[in-house]
Amino acid sequence: MSTEPFLMLSALLFTIGSIGVLVRRNAIVVFMCVELMLNASNLAFVTFARQTGTLDGQVAAFFVMVVAAAEVVVGLAILMTIFRTRRSASVDDASLLKY
Amino acid sequence: MIVFWVLAPIMVIAAIGMIVVRNAVHSALLLAVVMVSLAVMYAVQNAPFLFAVQIIVYTGAVLMLFLFVLMLVGVDTTDSLVETIRGQRAVALVAGALFAVLLLVAIAQSTLGAVVGLDQANRTGNVPALAHLLFSRYVFAFEVTSALLITAVLGAMVLAHRERLTPKATQRDVVLQRMREYASDGVPPGALPTSGVFARHNSVDTPALLPDGSISELSISRVMRARGTVRDVTAPEGSGYTVLLPSIRQPEAPDSAPSEVPTEGGGA
Repeated sequence: MSTEPFLMLSALLFTIGSIGVLVRRNAIVVFMCVELMLNASNLAFVTFARQTGTLDGQVAAFFVMVVAAAEVVVGLAILMTIFRTRRSASVDDASLLKY
Repeated sequence: MIVFWVLAPIMVIAAIGMIVVRNAVHSALLLAVVMVSLAVMYAVQNAPFLFAVQIIVYTGAVLMLFLFVLMLVGVDTTDSLVETIRGQRAVALVAGALFAVLLLVAIAQSTLGAVVGLDQANRTGNVPALAHLLFSRYVFAFEVTSALLITAVLGAMVLAHRERLTPKATQRDVVLQRMREYASDGVPPGALPTSGVFARHNSVDTPALLPDGSISELSISRVMRARGTVRDVTAPEGSGYTVLLPSIRQPEAPDSAPSEVPTEGGGA
């Protein structure tokens, strides 16, 4: 079972996630796209672990999951705070620093 | 390999759908499809521990958190399709396509050599082998992870906490406020009239009728009136749901408020 298809799928998912981050306006959907990118990189980690025959890649994927969980908690809390003060979840509305 | 070729198109389609659909809840559900498929991919690649963790942590915890926040923030906040930067979407698509081509060509051109496989590394079982690595070579990173988690918990608590600026209204305060409104504006202090008391039905979509045959505005839920699902009791029986026209309701609003006060007292 070759590893190249898995890596290509991982690359495709990462690209789709990055396009989503660039295109979407809703901050929560942008967050979901970031999660998709993290998951794609996890798939590459697990695939390379099988390629090299060591488990270090799986440990790295595990750490990525931990960091992603922490990031989601803090990020969604920030989103809630922004929504509470500005009544909007759009990334375009939070532009006060621009002026 | 069959699993891969079945799941890979599903994952790519779900991921594309995730960034295309406008409703954020649909995006979250499509992301769940991608994540569960990824868990199966891990299982195929001799990573049973990550398979379980992916389902529990990602689809179980992270996505539910997303859905909870969507519920709090409001599901109806659909994305605006207006581009704030002109041509940004097209540029993003082109850049993404170029990036995908770059990555795919790089993967296709590189020679990775023979796949070693994890049978040797997993011979004591995947979880014991991972635990051995985690508590020997990566033990420092593992300890730092605990600091990260504590920081995340504290950060979420601080950010989500809202200080109460005014004292909480007690039952006594509410009663006093109602009495004050009754004295100043004549707002009935008691309970609101129930729906359909003097009408043909007693369902919530039927407004109560006042003694003079007019509709009691207070007996209908504000939400149902806004949705236009209030039954028109002045229409003949069996005509079904008809939207109460604003022209019927609004002229009554100024002079119906005082006339409802005696009805309120009589009903109670």
